[in-house]
Amino acid sequence: MSDAPGKVTVRLPHALAEHVGGARELTLDIDGPSSLADILDHLRRTAPAVGRRVQDETGAIRTFVNVYVGDDECRTLEGLDTTVQPGTVLYVIPSVAGGCG
Amino acid sequence: MRIAIGTRKGLWTARGDDSGWAVSQPIRTMAEFASVAWMPRGDGRPPRLLVGARSWFWGPSVLTSDDDGATWSEPESGAIAFPADAGVAVERIWNLTPDPREEDVVWAGCEPHSLWRSVDGGGHFELNSALWEHPHRPEWHPGAGGAAIHTIVPRADGSVLVAMSTGGVYRSADGASGWVPANRGIRVDFQPEEYPEFNQCVHRIAVDGVDGSLVYAQNHGGVYRSKDSGDSWQFISAGLPKDFGFVVLAHPTKGGTAWVVPIDPETMFPPEGRLRLWRTDDAGDTWREVGQGLPDDHYASVLRDAAHVIEHDDDAAIAFGTRNGCVFASLDGGTTFSEVVSGLPDVLSVRISA
Repeated sequence: MSDAPGKVTVRLPHALAEHVGGARELTLDIDGPSSLADILDHLRRTAPAVGRRVQDETGAIRTFVNVYVGDDECRTLEGLDTTVQPGTVLYVIPSVAGGCG
Repeated sequence: MRIAIGTRKGLWTARGDDSGWAVSQPIRTMAEFASVAWMPRGDGRPPRLLVGARSWFWGPSVLTSDDDGATWSEPESGAIAFPADAGVAVERIWNLTPDPREEDVVWAGCEPHSLWRSVDGGGHFELNSALWEHPHRPEWHPGAGGAAIHTIVPRADGSVLVAMSTGGVYRSADGASGWVPANRGIRVDFQPEEYPEFNQCVHRIAVDGVDGSLVYAQNHGGVYRSKDSGDSWQFISAGLPKDFGFVVLAHPTKGGTAWVVPIDPETMFPPEGRLRLWRTDDAGDTWREVGQGLPDDHYASVLRDAAHVIEHDDDAAIAFGTRNGCVFASLDGGTTFSEVVSGLPDVLSVRISA
């Protein structure tokens, strides 16, 4: 592991890409290994229309939104305290939750 | 006439009159629209359409459209959000009320119980801190639909009335501070104390079009009237087929005239399936059934924000929607109705505009 600055990539679903000019991924600079909370704060500053759809104003990730850190959904790791290494790809993916019509 | 129709899954607009209605294609289908509003704009421009949307995935938003829903605006950071130190998030925007007293002022009632005000036509809302910090707030409870301020009435004298489920009616002399409960005389049947100071389950309130101190309330258990701006209330349900319902509308220009839509609380259907309005012309002393053209075999309710009345041709235009996706309109003060549309999702909110 390195403490060197680097980048993380955030891949977005179509529904969020429309809020950043159609971009399906965003690249964020980080100072080194960072908490997921810090990265989502960064996302909120960089792309507020995306950030507030991922987290509510308390900072909680919305119920039917999943944030994968690499291959693992963050809730199966340490949630917002999950450490994210430079070079990691984050995926924002809405839940499969269409059963109510 | 324009009608905005917010449903559990999508938004529609309708344009037309007695000769027929043209209904739009669904707009923004991946959200529910608990609140809609038309805000008048001067200089012959079409009214601004405001909507309180909630995506099941991405949360709540207030959006505005100045072209009948063709294009939409929303600030990047969102129009409505609690300050960081509040520790809660907006769950649902239950009501949007343009203030008839001030151009570009819009009020919002949200879940959890909170009142908001915008001075830029719905672009950004500020939390009413006096009501948010009210000592009664920890004792307000969610009704079946949620913990919401659902009715906001800005009045000509500068005061504002709000109603919430369950919390009851509150009044502020200036709309900013000094919120006091205004529920004396309204009985509750869901707790031992029958006449509490607050926590009544009010479903909707409406202020008389002529006498600003005359207020009507459709409560969970009965229809009430106040002749003193909510200081005291009298039960006025005698003569109605059921005293339960969600809707009360006051005629914009005829004093003492109001309508309710009785619902059987056991079935949540209109009594005997007859979907009708009941009208009073004497401030609730007597009631009569109206609504020629409405169905006799209708098995769905009408929700509180799914009915609206405006002044029209020296009388009133009324539009309302039902939980089985029908919308009806009357351009003769509720005497006769025609169907605007059917087959929509559960109708949550309806607003009509010239």
